[in-house]
Amino acid sequence: MTDQSSHYDGRVVLSSDDIRRAMARISHEILERNGGNRDLVLVGVQTRGVHIANRLAANIELFEGFVPPVGSLDPRLYRDDPEQASVHPVRPTSIPVSLEGRPVVLVDDVLYTGRTVRAALNALSDFGRASRIQFAALVDRGHRELPIRPDYIGKNIPTAQDERVMVKLTEVDDTDQVELIRMSPVGAGT
Amino acid sequence: MTTSREVRETQAPVNGNTGPETAETARLESAAAEPVTDGQLRNLLDIDSLSRQQIDTLLDSAEGMLEVLGRDVKKTPALRGKTIITVFYENSTRTRISFEEAGKVLGADVINVSVSASSVSKGESLYNTALTLQAMQVDALVIRHPHSGAPHFVARHVSAPVVNAGDGMHAHPTQTLLDLFTLRQKLGTLEGKKVAIVGDVLYSRVARSDILGLVKMGADVVLCGPPTLMPAGWSPGETLSEVGMEGVLVAERLEEALEDSDAVMTLRIQQERQDAGHLPDLREYSNLYGINRKRLALAKKGAPLLHPGPMNEGVEISSDVAHGAQSVVEEQVRNGVAVRMAVLYAICSRGRD
Repeated sequence: MTDQSSHYDGRVVLSSDDIRRAMARISHEILERNGGNRDLVLVGVQTRGVHIANRLAANIELFEGFVPPVGSLDPRLYRDDPEQASVHPVRPTSIPVSLEGRPVVLVDDVLYTGRTVRAALNALSDFGRASRIQFAALVDRGHRELPIRPDYIGKNIPTAQDERVMVKLTEVDDTDQVELIRMSPVGAGT
Repeated sequence: MTTSREVRETQAPVNGNTGPETAETARLESAAAEPVTDGQLRNLLDIDSLSRQQIDTLLDSAEGMLEVLGRDVKKTPALRGKTIITVFYENSTRTRISFEEAGKVLGADVINVSVSASSVSKGESLYNTALTLQAMQVDALVIRHPHSGAPHFVARHVSAPVVNAGDGMHAHPTQTLLDLFTLRQKLGTLEGKKVAIVGDVLYSRVARSDILGLVKMGADVVLCGPPTLMPAGWSPGETLSEVGMEGVLVAERLEEALEDSDAVMTLRIQQERQDAGHLPDLREYSNLYGINRKRLALAKKGAPLLHPGPMNEGVEISSDVAHGAQSVVEEQVRNGVAVRMAVLYAICSRGRD
């Protein structure tokens, strides 16, 4: 939201090939960890988590021959810091199947403080009692504020608090790429 | 953020029961009290002070809220710990219940003040009632009042956000948002769509707000109703661009309003209007302006028929179309909850000052 109004330097930390390989590996790990369980459901966190979940589902179909259902979740109404987010609309959540008794993999683009994951876990529990919930993220940038850890990670990227990780995916952006951006005030020069 | 509140005028208590119509002053005040700040919503007092962008965001959010209403577990913790008080100085079923459900689904505590059972009946002024409610650490006040401008008056004197649930003949912004939402659902977009509004335009706060909202969203509005129930100067055949209503036309004949319209909205005829001599007879009104199957057929095929409720079946709307395939009256009620959730969420989630 602030990127247009601020001057920034972007550094590419994951290329499109890196992203493709990381997603392929995560897909294999999900299958391995869940023993090929066909009840598996993927739930992406809006917006980019959903696209990543769809790609993981396509990989799983390629590797294992079945397509896990993919849901999309907007955990906004479950956050404890809603004032940070009231300018953007709340988006519909869509969970295509009951989660009751099924293993669920929650998918997001970046794992940071863990607050989104906490909110998403609460939201998921309103859609049935999953047999287990695991968490996958394309990037783990550290700085956790809650006791939450990922089960599947594309890449660990150490960051400073004033840096921003920007995940670009062709579904919504012009390219597949992850950039590390140092935020600095407008006009501050570099 | 709270500049409007810092310049707190010396108190000028408007008595809730006997205050004069203050629509004009209220309009001026609302313009001053609503600095547009980065799209954040402070109060919702009328449609005038919303930008098209803000309306779009609220309607988009209502989409997400509607999904919540369809869940098995219709409860989220979004406004947990917040208190919303509704104060209705006028009777209402759907609006009050709609606000109450909206607040509860979002996890807020909702307290309904029934005016007849409160100190208002002992003569407490609107000003003092507002201060009392504020002292209870309320996070949002939802007010309906028979006098235009009353919610604006309250907003100037309390720090809690205020939502106008209908004031006099002035505004009913949440009704407009739900009408816009319903139309957007049915038509995809409002841009360039012809919407016919039929009936008592003069006294209808719904019509006033809806016209403003529809115009803001790029729709073409055609009005039709008895000349006695049209604002002064809104004569048949006139476009209202000179009064700042670009895209609004007053039709000479009902057929002209309905023909080829993308949506039809009929307004409630209040019995009081007939008593006041605006209408000779409800049957005559029904003959001339009532929406029935034959007249609805003039609109585009499948055009949605809206009514803000409560309906007088057989007067402004015939029973067969009121419950027919094109009627979206029940969807309006359901959408009303979603839209009010979006409003309460946008207003309350900012946290206390």
